[in-house]
Amino acid sequence: MRGGTLIIEIEERFLDSAGRSVAGAAGKKKRRPAPLGMTVAVRVTWILFAVFVLFASSLSAQVTPQRLLDSAKEPQNWLMYSGDYEGKRYSGLDQINVANVGNLAAKWVYQTAATGKFETTPIVVDGVMYGTGQDDRAFALDARSGRPIWMYQRTLPGDIRPCCGRVNRGVAILGDNVFLGTLDAHLIALDAKTGNVIWDQTTADYRKGYSITLAPLVIKNLVLIGVSGGEYGIRGFIDAYDANTGERKWRFNTVPSPGEQGIETWEGDSWKIGGAPAWITGTYDARTNITYWTTGNPSPSNRGEGRAGDNLYSNCLLALDVDTGKMKWFFQFTKHDEHDWDATQVPVMVDQGEKQLIVQANRNGFFYVVDRTNGKLISSNPYAKITWSKAKDAEGRPVALKEASPTLEGNRVCPGAAGATNWMSPTYNPQTKLFYVSAREQCDIFSTAPQPYEEGHAFYGSAYFPNDDAQPFWGALRAIDPETGEKKWEFKHVSPTWAGVLSTAGGLVFTADAEGNFIALGAASGKVLWHFQCGGAGIAGPMSYAVDGKQYVAIAAGSALFTFGLL
Amino acid sequence: MTKSKGYSAKIAKSKSGVTHVAIASFALLLLATFCVKLDSQEKNPFAGEPKAIKLGEFQFRSNCAFCHGLGGRGGGRGLDLTRAKKRHGSTDAEMFHNIHEGIAGTAMPAAVGSIGVGMTDEEIWQVIAYLRSIQANASSEPVGDAKHGKELFGGASGCSMCHMIQGKGGRLGPDLSGTGAARSTEYIVDSIRYPSRRLAQGLTEPTKEFAQEYETVTVVTADGQKYMGVVLNEDQFTLQMLDMREQLHLLEKGKLKSFEKKRESLMPAYDQKMLSEKDVQDLVAFLQEVSEQ
Repeated sequence: MRGGTLIIEIEERFLDSAGRSVAGAAGKKKRRPAPLGMTVAVRVTWILFAVFVLFASSLSAQVTPQRLLDSAKEPQNWLMYSGDYEGKRYSGLDQINVANVGNLAAKWVYQTAATGKFETTPIVVDGVMYGTGQDDRAFALDARSGRPIWMYQRTLPGDIRPCCGRVNRGVAILGDNVFLGTLDAHLIALDAKTGNVIWDQTTADYRKGYSITLAPLVIKNLVLIGVSGGEYGIRGFIDAYDANTGERKWRFNTVPSPGEQGIETWEGDSWKIGGAPAWITGTYDARTNITYWTTGNPSPSNRGEGRAGDNLYSNCLLALDVDTGKMKWFFQFTKHDEHDWDATQVPVMVDQGEKQLIVQANRNGFFYVVDRTNGKLISSNPYAKITWSKAKDAEGRPVALKEASPTLEGNRVCPGAAGATNWMSPTYNPQTKLFYVSAREQCDIFSTAPQPYEEGHAFYGSAYFPNDDAQPFWGALRAIDPETGEKKWEFKHVSPTWAGVLSTAGGLVFTADAEGNFIALGAASGKVLWHFQCGGAGIAGPMSYAVDGKQYVAIAAGSALFTFGLL
Repeated sequence: MTKSKGYSAKIAKSKSGVTHVAIASFALLLLATFCVKLDSQEKNPFAGEPKAIKLGEFQFRSNCAFCHGLGGRGGGRGLDLTRAKKRHGSTDAEMFHNIHEGIAGTAMPAAVGSIGVGMTDEEIWQVIAYLRSIQANASSEPVGDAKHGKELFGGASGCSMCHMIQGKGGRLGPDLSGTGAARSTEYIVDSIRYPSRRLAQGLTEPTKEFAQEYETVTVVTADGQKYMGVVLNEDQFTLQMLDMREQLHLLEKGKLKSFEKKRESLMPAYDQKMLSEKDVQDLVAFLQEVSEQ
């Protein structure tokens, strides 16, 4: 709201977070004349107070749904997990650029004092940074100095079921609240100024294997989340909650039940434990009021026996109506998956002229371009080594080879269990028109083993092993042209990284490696321009923001959050 | 221990044909005692049962093979389990305890809440039944002369120039103090004959065989110094290496004239001329003997 008038700003203060009905009332309040019979002194005091309120409000205007929609207009702020609704992870800031990035230096470091994987992408709103740490802690920091404003620690039960670490990827914000999903499957609204709990909603029973690790997505007055738990035989869902009250407004079950479309893709009762978790934040197209979400593996992840069929809506891109949660269409990347190739990569919205697309470098090794108005596949090209498919169906979708299925003895397949990429966020840079993704080159030996389902108990039906190849696995940052699916350049990592990628208007891409380096490269050239050793692997997505006219770049690495600025 | 219920149920069911009250009561009493002492009992209740062996194999795949390898032949960090003599105890009770509780001071975790999907007591016994079945098929008992192996290791074969055993030896290769217990005879023989066939392996860092991979590196510095040796660590921009004289070099890759890394071992491939089949067996016997001390 930097360019807004004072009238708009005072109205903002009285808007409800949906930005609807209260606006008129606020306007009336503003127009109300000073009470009659006031002395001059009282009048002056009243005016001064009004001016103070106006000034204060302009310092930290509330985050409205409109601000979230117009995030590109305030590049100094990073208002949501991917930076914008399109999932681009692109910063419009260019103060740090190709010419001066060599002068980047550490400005401050925030230690979470927690162990485990630190996967947060912090958000920044008007000089305040909000992030999450391992074990479901949330914090607010002075984004200039890193000094904590508050810290909230969720008290987690001892018997939570996180499949892959006690991780959390970040918060969302609306109004004066930040929203945190927890490993015991709660969604919590915290007061952005104090960290106090405003409301606490149970989304599912964690004892059955449900957890939340993603950063929620706020659209209008709704807080959207998806769940993790594909390793526990859950039945996945995507939920929307009222941002003011925490009341659930809708639920989309990612596995249909009898009577619903898609149930025919499940054998017997297998739908009940079908998995299909939605554990990465979705995107949103306001023009069509559609939110795009992606889903993970059917359960058990590496054993298809007992769940014959395509297993909808596992490993899918879903187009949901924001207001109702009703599905408009779906696109399934991997049918009847037996390799744990979750489609849980941020579905990035890219426009090419008239074409409105979703692009995704999928865990199965293919780079997909989908028409986001109807879910039709436009192209699919490998961006990493794949051995599981040699043909495509009539729609152009890669078809799995029968012999790629896991066996009792073990079967070598590329990509491996961690995939050709994983959850690490990619970036799309509208300047270079390139898509950048952290790719993995690893093949694994997939073996399967029958395992009975038991509620709340890990349920893989499998195990996988390093292959016996002489070469170790490796990784690379790859720049892909979505128009052609071609690789424009690659930057090889010593070992595969779990870090996401940020691109900026300064002609840069930022990523981190497993050896602890935070690295800046030329977005067009792929050349390293700067690096810093953080002392711990970066397994999070970088982001950028500005305060007082100074641009910063931040990344979680090891157990600390590092922030860099120009010398 | 939280899931021992399934096991009791199974035992109870097997007694269902018994109708005499006194015998039933006695059986219940026995059962109660049995359940209480489940983790300290001496013998595997499923020993030799084909069904339990098969179930144990599935459990092994989902819980143990990450480190111990498919078939229990040793993989990343885990020991070869096909040998009858296990380093931390070979009886049923000892094996149950080690699986259930993990082994302090080693990478071996407890059965529940760590790697894999977790195991109930019943499933642990199934795994032990499976391990016994693959152990019976293994022919890994040492046949060589350990004393002669020791002489070869420290002398003519030159192993100790690069490998350490119990604090003595070189640093260019991995410490082999525990390798005899960790690896099958076939694996060790293979590593002597074809050292470059596989370097350290493992699915992820924590399950890797050794912290270092012992890749061979050759660099030429800006001032023309040439060093060859093993990589201790490296990242995109730096290299920490040990040269053939065990000198440590800390280098910035960008400042080197040349940098060449090979995924090959510095260790010579010991063919039949350098080490006869008997010599190799003697070395294996030595390694196995040492690892049991």
